[in-house]
Amino acid sequence: MIEVRHISKRFGATVAVDDVSFEVRKGEVLGFLGPNGAGKTTTMRILTCYLMPDSGAARVAGYDVVDDSLEVRRRVGYLPENAPLYQDMDVVSYLEFVAEVRGIPPGERLRRIKNMVEVCGLGSVIGRGVGELSKGYKQRVGLAQTLIHDPEILVLDEPTTGLDPSQIIEIRELIKEIGKERTVILSTHILPEVEATCSRVIIINEGSLVASGTPEELDSAAGGEHTIHVSIKGDEATVKAVLSGMAGVRSVDGAGAGDGGFTRYTVKAADGGDLGEKIFRAAVDNGWTLNELRRETLSLEDIFLRLTTLEPGERSVE
Amino acid sequence: MMGNTRPIFKRELAGYFNSPIAYIFITVFLGLSSWLFFKGFFVVGEASLRMFFGILPWVFLFFVPAITMRLWAEERKVGTMELLMTFPVTDAEAVLGKYLASLAFLALSLALSLVIPAFVALLGNPDTGQIVGGYLGGLLMGGAFLAIGLFISSLTENQIVAFIISVVVIFGLFILGEDFVLFGLPDRLVPVFSYVGLGGHYDSISRGVIDSRDIIYYLSVIVFFLYLNVKSIEVRK
Repeated sequence: MIEVRHISKRFGATVAVDDVSFEVRKGEVLGFLGPNGAGKTTTMRILTCYLMPDSGAARVAGYDVVDDSLEVRRRVGYLPENAPLYQDMDVVSYLEFVAEVRGIPPGERLRRIKNMVEVCGLGSVIGRGVGELSKGYKQRVGLAQTLIHDPEILVLDEPTTGLDPSQIIEIRELIKEIGKERTVILSTHILPEVEATCSRVIIINEGSLVASGTPEELDSAAGGEHTIHVSIKGDEATVKAVLSGMAGVRSVDGAGAGDGGFTRYTVKAADGGDLGEKIFRAAVDNGWTLNELRRETLSLEDIFLRLTTLEPGERSVE
Repeated sequence: MMGNTRPIFKRELAGYFNSPIAYIFITVFLGLSSWLFFKGFFVVGEASLRMFFGILPWVFLFFVPAITMRLWAEERKVGTMELLMTFPVTDAEAVLGKYLASLAFLALSLALSLVIPAFVALLGNPDTGQIVGGYLGGLLMGGAFLAIGLFISSLTENQIVAFIISVVVIFGLFILGEDFVLFGLPDRLVPVFSYVGLGGHYDSISRGVIDSRDIIYYLSVIVFFLYLNVKSIEVRK
């Protein structure tokens, strides 16, 4: 649905986006992650035809963002950061305006607006001026505006900033719901948001793509190493020998006998796959007592920090 | 109205009336122009609108930038520019929609000022040709001022800056063709400046001399600045 090929964009001396490529498949909810100023907004603005890339090309729904800009804009619903709205209009006339601009035929506009009011929970603010709404309701009006023409693709720039925790949850639920039958790109710098809503993640830092994949894929890409903590009662030398002999294991450290004769080991392996199971079987076969078997997973937060704080040369990408 | 010019036009026109601004502008416009007119009218004691049409450019000098200052500057400031430009609207449609809305607002204000000639007609027998010419000239000249003001509004996100620069630029282009500028010029340049100046063409139309060259002049100024406006929006990309 979205194909980005080596796009770059600079503003004067600053490079906002530097040779970024990625793809979004139909039906995916893609999380666009990065610290503030990483180039997320610029990339989204290019995809929504607000800005043109200096080099590279992007296709959205099969149309080039530069050559077929109007076709792209017809198929995309875009919610810019902070949901800017025409402050001097009331909710309904604003949605009517958007419906007309979006080319929804006059007979159908009212039905679409009613539908949006329902989906986005705008019933209680229907006659109010957009300028006097709370931040949460503005965001909902913004979402209603993005969805009114039933777009195939949604681009949402930080849809939950400035909201209180309960509003954040509501908006996330809404995004999940509408993301079921659409392709969504969602930018954020809040990590739990990605884990809560996205099926795939792209991490961008200082204008460059640093990682891309499902949260699980990123896990192995960023870490490249899995750690398993086990606590075993048994002969230390034998245990070490058996554990070290397992496929993929790089190192085994024993912490010495601890309470109740159990020894804690830290096993580091290249591939975490079924190592836990193997250790369990080895313990059964050798008659060891197993007290703890815990796999240390890198949270998205760790991955993010690792990838965005590394020096350019050290990055391990994909 | 082509494609998406219509919704933009409707929104902008409604935008004037969604706040008290429109009513304030119209009141000030009518109040100021009638006061300036009638102040001298009763002194001269002649049923003529010549003075009214003489005042009009000076009232427009401040009135028109006030109408256009908001049109782009506010979009930039509030961030709705990003919405508008990602809607399936071409740059030309957006510019034209806004321009036509401001023109409609100006035409409405001018139409309301028809009470002045109506009042004069009660007292005497004013020259109808001059009134028709004056209003046509006023609309054309105002339309040119609007195109300039709209273009300048697209260059800044500050409405006050847009207002002041518009007043300065319109004033500059207006006095180019005025006598006191022409006196100081070498002879060869006189016809050029006198043609380019925004005021001279209005003077002849408002005397009741409706010449297609004057109409073409104003239409060219309008098209030129609307074109610059389209370009100035494109630059952001």
